[in-house]
Amino acid sequence: MVSVSPVDAAPAVPAAARRRPRGRPLLLLALPAVVVLAVFFVVPAARLAWLSVSEPALGFGNYTAMASDGVVVTVVLRTLGMAAVVTVLCVLCAYPYAYLMTMVGPRWRAVLTALVLLPFWTSLMARTFAWVVLLQDTGLVNGLLAAVGLGPTRLLGTTAGVSVAMAQVMLPFMVLPVYTAMRGIDRHLVDAAMGLGATPLAAFLRVYLPLSLRGVAAGATLVMVLSLGFYVTPSLVGSPQQSMLAQLISVQVNQLVNFGAAGALAVTLLVVTLVLVAGVQRLTRTGGAPVGLVGGAGS
Amino acid sequence: MPDTATGARIEVEGLTKLFPGAAAPAVDGIDLEIRPGEFMTLLGPSGSGKTTTLNMIAGFESISAGRIALDGGDIAQLPAYKRNLGMVFQNYALFPHMTAAENVAFPLKQRKVAKTEIARRVSEALELVHLGGHGERLPSQLSGGQQQRVALARAVVFEPRALLLDEPLGALDKKLRESLQLEISRLHRELGITFVFVTHDQDEALALSDRIAVFRDGRIEQAGTPADLYETPSSRFVATFLGDSNVFTGRVRDGLLDTGWCSLRAPGGPEGAVALVVRPEHLRLAVPGGPRAEGNVLSATVTDVVYQGAFRRVLVRFDGGGSGQVREAAGVSRSVSVGERVEVCWSEDAGVLVPDGAEPPANQPVGAR
Amino acid sequence: MRSVRLRRALVAIGVLIGAWLLVPTLIVIPISFSGEDSFAFPPSSWSMRHYATFFTEPSWLNALLVSVQLAVIVTVVATVLGTAAAFALSRTAFHGKGAVNGLFLAPLIVPGIVVAVAVYAAFLQWGLIGTPTGFVLAHTVLAIPFVTVNVGAALGGFDRTLERAAAGLGASSLATFRSVTLPLIMPGVLSGAVFAFVTSFDEVVVSLFIQSPQLQTLPVRMFTSVTNEVDPTIAAASTVVITVTTALLALATALRRNRRHA
Repeated sequence: MVSVSPVDAAPAVPAAARRRPRGRPLLLLALPAVVVLAVFFVVPAARLAWLSVSEPALGFGNYTAMASDGVVVTVVLRTLGMAAVVTVLCVLCAYPYAYLMTMVGPRWRAVLTALVLLPFWTSLMARTFAWVVLLQDTGLVNGLLAAVGLGPTRLLGTTAGVSVAMAQVMLPFMVLPVYTAMRGIDRHLVDAAMGLGATPLAAFLRVYLPLSLRGVAAGATLVMVLSLGFYVTPSLVGSPQQSMLAQLISVQVNQLVNFGAAGALAVTLLVVTLVLVAGVQRLTRTGGAPVGLVGGAGS
Repeated sequence: MPDTATGARIEVEGLTKLFPGAAAPAVDGIDLEIRPGEFMTLLGPSGSGKTTTLNMIAGFESISAGRIALDGGDIAQLPAYKRNLGMVFQNYALFPHMTAAENVAFPLKQRKVAKTEIARRVSEALELVHLGGHGERLPSQLSGGQQQRVALARAVVFEPRALLLDEPLGALDKKLRESLQLEISRLHRELGITFVFVTHDQDEALALSDRIAVFRDGRIEQAGTPADLYETPSSRFVATFLGDSNVFTGRVRDGLLDTGWCSLRAPGGPEGAVALVVRPEHLRLAVPGGPRAEGNVLSATVTDVVYQGAFRRVLVRFDGGGSGQVREAAGVSRSVSVGERVEVCWSEDAGVLVPDGAEPPANQPVGAR
Repeated sequence: MRSVRLRRALVAIGVLIGAWLLVPTLIVIPISFSGEDSFAFPPSSWSMRHYATFFTEPSWLNALLVSVQLAVIVTVVATVLGTAAAFALSRTAFHGKGAVNGLFLAPLIVPGIVVAVAVYAAFLQWGLIGTPTGFVLAHTVLAIPFVTVNVGAALGGFDRTLERAAAGLGASSLATFRSVTLPLIMPGVLSGAVFAFVTSFDEVVVSLFIQSPQLQTLPVRMFTSVTNEVDPTIAAASTVVITVTTALLALATALRRNRRHA
């Protein structure tokens, strides 16, 4: 018999078995952080959920009242609609932008990346204030609209104004995952499809688009989730008459001091958010990639 | 490096490692004595327990049962950093944020050696591995071979009395492996300390070791000098793991091995189910009908001839069944060609009889291996 | 032909979106140097007086000082707690680890308004509204996840053979952590610290709920300014904030690059 190669005589010990649950003292290092999060995050959240079913009376009164209150239903629907509009706007803008990022050379790519990261990092308050300035009746946007014969028109306090401002705030959360997905696509696949007789459009629709959809799904979830709970930009750029769910919650707390109703709304918002996150994660199996970015907007 | 350093004696008794959740122990009660200054190789397939044994000696794994003694003192409860053993890893494990010199200085700093002394010993150690003048480079600026030299320097700079090497050449290409083998051999001679070397590469083990312990399924199958293991393997596993062999399995009765398809004259050895191991270089090819040599003769057909420079590897299929290989010095005899009828012969004392305990690995033809 | 046209269209779209991203960030800068008491753009006269107001009027100056002090304390607390937790979690296996990991990610996923109302209700009960302790605790909760995510990622890419090597060379656990592990995961710790600082420095929603007239952060002061007044001091405040965060990021980037080429 010929050259004897090493035989795998014994089954390799599974890696999981090697990692013994030892070093309990090490676990104590996590304790301070866990305590802070438990006491100042979990306990308040649990208390709020409890308030929603115990204030003013024990039971699901707050929830049934919420479901039958026309104003609440309108606000919830408006919030969902607004989140959808912002998400679509972001997809439409982020997709070509991210595609452009994959096409240009390294220098321009750095510029395009910086343009995305700059708002990502700058203060949400500063940007929201800027939108108030831009959208005011004598603002830059109205000036431009007038120049092309479309204005001036009222923008501040309208849903159109809020959508444009919110989409700008959310855009980085869409561009980054889409770009990451596109960067991972092998360009030769598109060439191969065209080499096999597909028109450029067909090659794009059949090969490139499906491969990039995972990034779009991740970004869309992120934008949708952040939009649903968004407070700062809608309250400053929008109007009380067009308020969104987060504003309604704030009104319940600050003006009506009704923690039961606020709790019910908050729990509803949280459940919708978690269902969305879980659903999309299951759908795309992105394994928690989006959460790394959530919250960066400060909402 | 002062060459007055002498090596440590490492004794292992009943050493056992049972990982939680694993069905069988990774190391199953092994006994081994490593003599001062010896180059001992732990050889075996992956999963055979050799690396786990080394890690227990180094102190990286706790032991489930047994005893590890260094110069007679039990060290089983001593944490790794107090054992004072040098260690070289397969992937070098150089600290990427430190220069080569800082890496080599690391163990001296931990031992609170004076600054000037550190500088002197670091440059000596780098000289020792022919890397003087590379001290200011970061590991990422060094080639694989240079990185492993730095790792060697780092492992010996604090004058440990034993050096543990875990497949140190595993990540290098063939040419580099061979030059570093010589380097390690030279280091062993110059330092005179005990080396415990883990590998799955039989050629490396044969080339470097004073003694080899062959591991299998958490046990030591056989320990001895390379010549012992090669010439007189005690099991079929050792015979096939070290070097190439022809294996004939069957039963021995009255000095004859009955394989079921031929009858062979066997040397003395165990009775019952056995395997006859014959090294390819002990087989000779003869023309059918020519003068017969003493010993065993089997008719066969040549199935392949592989030219390997200094020698030729002739693969044959025996008439009765099974295949074998013959190693012939190139240029000594007439070359045979594929399809040619030949006779394969060997003297009966060229073979070794071992108990046929080992199941042949799956998918191997039964009979001659 | 086709691809050239496509490319031109893409570049045009890229320029438009780039402007859309950039202009709202930068437009506050010229307004902050305006000589008028309105948000008119472009300003018809220039001055530094909005900066003078920002750095002298107590409500603005105090808010700035509160925000800076708060962000520094939160950065230190969250970085220490978060790094220790990430280290412990990456090195141990136990039942319920998934739940603990979830706990560390939860503040990132739960909408800000929900956190704000929940914390507000609890802090009312506990007497923490408008207190420095309350602010530090609330912001630390929001900042810890960024530290654990960043440090966890750094530890995930860390080759633990290096720790074995250090132990084999005579370094105790503490010495190994200090001289091998910590320096190598430092970029992750620094990123986490920068995230923690910016999280606290920028936080609006929770701060709006737990503030008091006596204790306001800069973003809260800016929020009330936008709602209640037409005062370009906020443009100066925005410019200062943008400058601080940009400088911080540039510093962090430079530090990391330096480290890599050291």
